[in-house]
Amino acid sequence: MSGRTTKPTQDELLHDHNHDGVDRRGFLKCMAWAGTGAFCVIRGGVLKSYALSRLPEMDPKEMAGELSFAQISDSHMGFNKAANPDVAATLKAAVDKINGLAVPPEFLLHTGDISHLSKPEEFDTVDQILKSAKPQDVFYVPGEHDVLNDDGKQFLERYGKGSKGAGWYSFDKKGVHFVGLVNVLNLKAGGLGTLGHDQLEWLEDDVKHLKHSTPIVVFAHIPLWSVYPEWGWGTEDGAQALTYLKKFGSVTVLNGHIHQVMQKVEGNVTFHTARSTAFPQPAPGQGPSPGPMKVPDDQLRTMLGIANVTFKQNEQRLAIIDTPLKA
Amino acid sequence: MAISNTMRSALVAAALGAATATLLAAVVIPPWTQTASAQNAAPAGAVSIDNFTFTPQSLKVKAGTTVTWNNKDDIPHGIASSDNAFKKSKALDTDDSFSYTFTTPGTYQYFCYIHPHMVGTIVVEAATGSNATQ
Repeated sequence: MSGRTTKPTQDELLHDHNHDGVDRRGFLKCMAWAGTGAFCVIRGGVLKSYALSRLPEMDPKEMAGELSFAQISDSHMGFNKAANPDVAATLKAAVDKINGLAVPPEFLLHTGDISHLSKPEEFDTVDQILKSAKPQDVFYVPGEHDVLNDDGKQFLERYGKGSKGAGWYSFDKKGVHFVGLVNVLNLKAGGLGTLGHDQLEWLEDDVKHLKHSTPIVVFAHIPLWSVYPEWGWGTEDGAQALTYLKKFGSVTVLNGHIHQVMQKVEGNVTFHTARSTAFPQPAPGQGPSPGPMKVPDDQLRTMLGIANVTFKQNEQRLAIIDTPLKA
Repeated sequence: MAISNTMRSALVAAALGAATATLLAAVVIPPWTQTASAQNAAPAGAVSIDNFTFTPQSLKVKAGTTVTWNNKDDIPHGIASSDNAFKKSKALDTDDSFSYTFTTPGTYQYFCYIHPHMVGTIVVEAATGSNATQ
């Protein structure tokens, strides 16, 4: 593994990743931040992502790309333990951030763990809260918490209209090809997230006829790359999925699951995990387990704040800029 | 084995023709009585789920033991056999538990189907031997 981490300013961190794997040191430093979501702009095939918390202060022109959308993740509606007794309030806060954007995103992506225990009322609550978001189109993929006890049947009924298999699908927006994948079903002992043969075959076919210049955005709950297998943070056949995307000049992979921002650039592929709207989780290996991390009450929203990320295609470098909501 | 030895004793006693009905009863009945009482106080085993870990990681029990998993984490977990040897649990929220009675000796690998990197083992030994006849 090789990577270089520099710290140009007190609230900026640059990572250069030129090879496989994760730069552990840079990776752990990233963990100092947490936030509620990311706002993405695609301009000329290059995707830029900003922390929601920093959006109101940004120049609308800067954000006025050809296509804008926002990602939220891991709302865990129904969770009520010490790490955040009111996950509805923090989801509402995320929606407020989205609604406060100078350039409203055209749609939302929810990258899973909508609910905590797959209970109908949990999904209902999230649906209700998201109704107040200006963007009315929301594209979902399930997290493992959304498919409990019924192998995802309820999720499919609620969100899977027009999807294939266990809920995977693709759509196009202004020349960008979006692919929603499901990697939280049929998990095997000792394993990681799984896409499975059928979904991989579908993906290969789905992108086969696209021009190489088509920007691709793949979104799924569990990171498609190997973030920290010791805690199950990866997808065992994620690499296989990426082989079908090699020919494309711009591929962006958006995930959730790990409740913290993590990024990596590998060739033309940019990997990005979004923060949770519910509670933070520890940095890889920086705790006894990947469970909810309790922080002092006055720090929770500080951790639900602020990261802003700039992706630059074909430069093997990505910048993460963080500004906490509260100093 | 102890049971067959006892039965053999009973048979021998009967064959001798010298034993009275009382003696037969004294020899034969106790093992049955003991078996019944063993069922009443079914052996139990416990696995605790804490910090995304099964403790003990490997639990050794006698056949007939009811093993209970208890979730002490702030996050739900689920118990599933690695090779479908037993029916998986519902998702266990904090303080929920799941029990399964292992009747057949063998080694049972299991995992959390929500966090599959969590794995554990139940080793079930034959219930015969000292336990059954004490």
